[in-house]
Order: sequence, then structure tokens, then C-alpha cells
Amino acid sequence: MTLPRDSAALAAPNLPPDAEAAPAVPASQRSPGAIVLGRFLRHGGCLIGGGLLGLIVLASLAAPLIAPHDPYAQDVSRRLIPPIWHAKGTWDHMLGTDKLGRDYVSRLLYGGQISLLIGLTAALISGAIGTFLGVCAGYFGGRVDALVSYVVTTRLALPVVLVALAMASLVGGSLKVVVLVLGFLLWDRFAVVARATTQQIRNQDFISAARASGLTDLRIVLQEILPNIANALIVVATLEMAHAILLEAALSFLGLGVQPPLPSWGLMIAEGKQYMFFQPWVITIPGVALLVLVLAINLLGDGLRDVTAPEART
Amino acid sequence: MLAFTLRRILVALAVAFTVAVASFLLLHLSGDLATAIAGPEATATQIEQIRRDYGLDQPLLAQFLTWGWRALHLDFGNSFYFRERVIDLLAARLPITLYLGIIALSVALFVAIPLGVIAAVKRDTWVDRLALSVSVLGQAMPSFWFGLTLILIFAVNLRWLPVSGNATWKHFVLPAVALGYYAMPAVMRLTRNGMLEVLSSDYVRTARAKGLPPRKILVRHALRNAVIPVIALAAVQFGFMLGGSIVIEAVFSLQGLGQLAWESIARNDFPVVQAIVLVLAMIYICLTLAADLLNAFLDPRLRQ
Repeated sequence: MTLPRDSAALAAPNLPPDAEAAPAVPASQRSPGAIVLGRFLRHGGCLIGGGLLGLIVLASLAAPLIAPHDPYAQDVSRRLIPPIWHAKGTWDHMLGTDKLGRDYVSRLLYGGQISLLIGLTAALISGAIGTFLGVCAGYFGGRVDALVSYVVTTRLALPVVLVALAMASLVGGSLKVVVLVLGFLLWDRFAVVARATTQQIRNQDFISAARASGLTDLRIVLQEILPNIANALIVVATLEMAHAILLEAALSFLGLGVQPPLPSWGLMIAEGKQYMFFQPWVITIPGVALLVLVLAINLLGDGLRDVTAPEART
Repeated sequence: MLAFTLRRILVALAVAFTVAVASFLLLHLSGDLATAIAGPEATATQIEQIRRDYGLDQPLLAQFLTWGWRALHLDFGNSFYFRERVIDLLAARLPITLYLGIIALSVALFVAIPLGVIAAVKRDTWVDRLALSVSVLGQAMPSFWFGLTLILIFAVNLRWLPVSGNATWKHFVLPAVALGYYAMPAVMRLTRNGMLEVLSSDYVRTARAKGLPPRKILVRHALRNAVIPVIALAAVQFGFMLGGSIVIEAVFSLQGLGQLAWESIARNDFPVVQAIVLVLAMIYICLTLAADLLNAFLDPRLRQ
């Protein structure tokens, strides 16, 4: 296995007194949550990433309220209008229109819903699978560990894009299929991190105490292990969410992901491809939207890692 | 080391076997093969005839054994679409994808290793931060969009390079940059961290104390040690690139393995898809095996 390099450091339960913060309350008396929140608010990446992501989430959720047009309404007389910074742009379609005359602002807003939905659900499914496998491997060790490592290695040997495309084409591409396919493919990093972090705390005193007091394995895992590895898993979840969003865009771009007329950003790029030589904004705008969304999630994820496990910083 | 090597090879074989089972099932989950081979105008008796000719009336296990035995001899059957042997199709397309992958990897290493070294030497300066930003940006950029944007800038506006195709080396420049960009962040971070570790080690301090010129220390003492895990990572990244090149090949119309896979998926030509999945997985398994052995050879702590 070549992956767990940075995962080991993710985990360690850490509460070093926060030296930089010198508020009225001594650091040792503040709750762990307050310390982390304080660090979060002082971390540039967290603020920028979290802020951008918050804006995108708000805008996507509010799409029905703020979208100027129906994202599916076609109007052939208004095809390929350029965005507002162009000489021929109009205020009615601030980011222009696509080849069928559909308003780009509205499609972008509704497309954000799709990206976020896919990222979130794929990360949840893969998180459940990967955490289950990884915690089992780390907690039980021995043969279970060997089996899980073998399953992870096998999964890594399969080319993701190719297998996802093949699976999507077998079942027929749709939003639901994309979510399921990605959810069942992207659990490897969860498993690797959950395994490494569980191994680190498996032999600590509080686990031995729980075992001595007669708790079942299930309860030890649920009550003692999961809360202690949750931070590391949340960091993985953000990265996999970004990964899933990029893969969905790629699948939709190749025609086997989300199907038209849904306004997936990857699909918008695919539909704009043939016009890009003379109307480059048709691919630039959804591309930048994807870039900003994924960048925001990655910044937030990297920031969360710094904030919850500062010793993992390199 | 010998025990580790044997065990690691055994795992690789087991993984290869599992992947083979998975790609065999892929073909058989795709629907009734006899109907697919016979085509839409075949009669029921013709379909039955094909079912018998291709051994599709046999139990699944027997079919798997026959198929596996043939696959071991690189016989993947015939393409549904081309009526040609799958192995011939692969042999024609694989070199293009390998060529693309090798150039892309070279581009990535050529940029990422110096960047990682500079970032480590100038730690916590603007250079370090710039290198980090480039890598963060690299992870966030959708590859197909990056490829299209490169076309717009360098092929359409500047007219330096061709838009698509694979006739000359110039056709490979943009796809290689688009593909290689994604290997850069990981390589850069590993180089940077390795260099930071090595630069603070005793033997580098000794070399400094001896009064060796800084450049010599950096290249001969530090980089030489920091770069070896990077080579192992590069091997794994190369495997990922071959799998990921499907998107880049589609953008640039490169007639490589990825393009063949994409078209075959669209045509339901599953013997071809199956063979490509298998070949790419085998290449990846060999590459990670080599990388793991290299790492274990260098770091005995990894051998247990």
C-alpha cells in the first residue's frame, strides 16, 4: 500500500494548548471545540474555502428564488448570447445563453445543486463503506486486516474512470446511477485512513478500559473509536466530495453521467464544446464554476486538517 | 527482503486474479452475449447456434476457465463491432497511450521535482507558497476543461500547436501537459517533504560543516536520497495516468487505448472494454508491485 503516508498523522487525538491565542480564559480551560473553532477562524484556507463553499451552497439552494429564468426554457432567437462583459452582452442574460438559448446564470445555479448533491451523497456512501472496512481492519487486525488490505488493493487496481463509465453504460447513465457508481468506487481512502487511525488508538488505555468493563466490540467501535477518528474522516470526506464532483463532471462530459437536459456543469461543457472556438465563454463559465467549487472544498478540507490536527502540517 | 518480496508477489497475483474475475463478470452482466454477437436481425435458431459455438451454453465456471486460459495467452476473443481480434486492436492503440503517459509523466517530473526542491530550500517564503498554490489549483481543475482551455489558448489563439489528432510529436504536447498536470501536486509535495527531511539530517549537516558548496550538497547528498520515493510514486502515478487518459484522449481525439475504451463502451463492445480494463489493471498491479519493492528495498521498516 502506498497511500497511508499522510493519513497516519491525521488521526492523533490532539489538544495541545493553543499558544497563539491568549484570550482572557487560559487555553487549558477552553473546551476542545472552542479551541478548534478559534483556530478555524484564524485559518486563511478554512475561511476562504468555507466562505466560498457557503456562498455556493446558498446560491444553489436559493436557485428557485434567485434564478432569473427557467433553466430549461429554450429560445432559439436568443442562442449563444455572450456574457455581460462582452460588447454584445445583455443584462437580461448576465452570463449569456447556450446553443438552445437557455439562460446560463440559471443553469449554473441549478447545476450547482447537482454537483453538491452528487458530491455529498457519493461521499456519504463511500464514507460508510470505507469506514466500515477500515475500522474492521484496524480494530480486529490479523486476518480481517489482511483481507481488507487486499480488497483495497484490488479496488485501487481498477481504473476508476473506465469502470465507472462501463458500469454507467450497463445500467444507463442517470443522476442516481452516477451517485451509486461513485459511492461504490471512491471508498478506498476512507478505508485507508480509518484503518490507520483505528490502529493508533486501538491499544490506548480508554479502549482497554472499555473492553475490561465488558462492552461489546460493536459498542466500543460506536462509542469510543468512531468519535475519535471522526475528524480524520471528515477531512477525507471533503476531499472525496471534491473527487466525486470532478468525476461526475468528467462522466457527464463523456456522455455517460448526468443526462440532458439537466444542467450538470460537466454536461454544459460537453454541450458547449463545439461552439468553444468562437464563443469560448460557453466552456469557460461552467469550467470556472467547477474549479471554484472544488477549490473551495479542497481548501476547507486542508484547513480542517490543519485545525483539528496541527501536527499533521508539513 | 526475500520473504517480503514473495509475499508481495503473491498478493499481486491474488489481486490480478480478482480483477480478472471482476472483468469477466462485467462481460456477463452486460446482457445476453449470444444475442449481442448475433446482431439484431438474427433468428432464434441462429442465436442458439452462436450460443453453442461460443460455448455460452456452458456453466459460468467452465466459461471462466476457458476465458481465463485464453486471456493468459493474450487471446481476448473478437470485438463485436470490428469483427477483429481484440488483441490486435489493443496492440494498435496501446503504444499511443503509453507514449502519451510517458511524455505526461516526464512533464510532471520535470516541473514538479525542481519545484519541490525549491519549495523545500526556500521553505515558508513566497516561492514555497506559490508552489503550494499551484498544487492546490492542480487538484481542483477538471482535466477535460483544462485540456479544452489549453486548446483554446495554444492551438486556437496562439496557433503554436495543433488542435487534435496524433500525427506528430506536436500533437502530444498539449494532452501530455493536461494529463501530467494532475501528477504534479503529489510529486511536488513528496519531493518537498523528502527534501525537508533530508536537509535537516546529520549527514547533510556534516557535508555543510565540511564546507562543501551548497549546490553540490543539494544535488549530490540531498536530492539523490529524497528522489527515490518520488520514483516509486511516479510509477504509481503512471498507472493512474493510463487509466485517466480516457478523458484526455477524448478531448484531443488521440486514438489511444482510452479513446478505444470510450467508443467501445458507447457501442456495447464489451470484449474490448473487458480486455482494456484487464490490461490497464495488470499494468497498474505491476507498477505498484515495483514501487512497493523499491520502497521496501530502501526502507527495511516497511518489510513486515
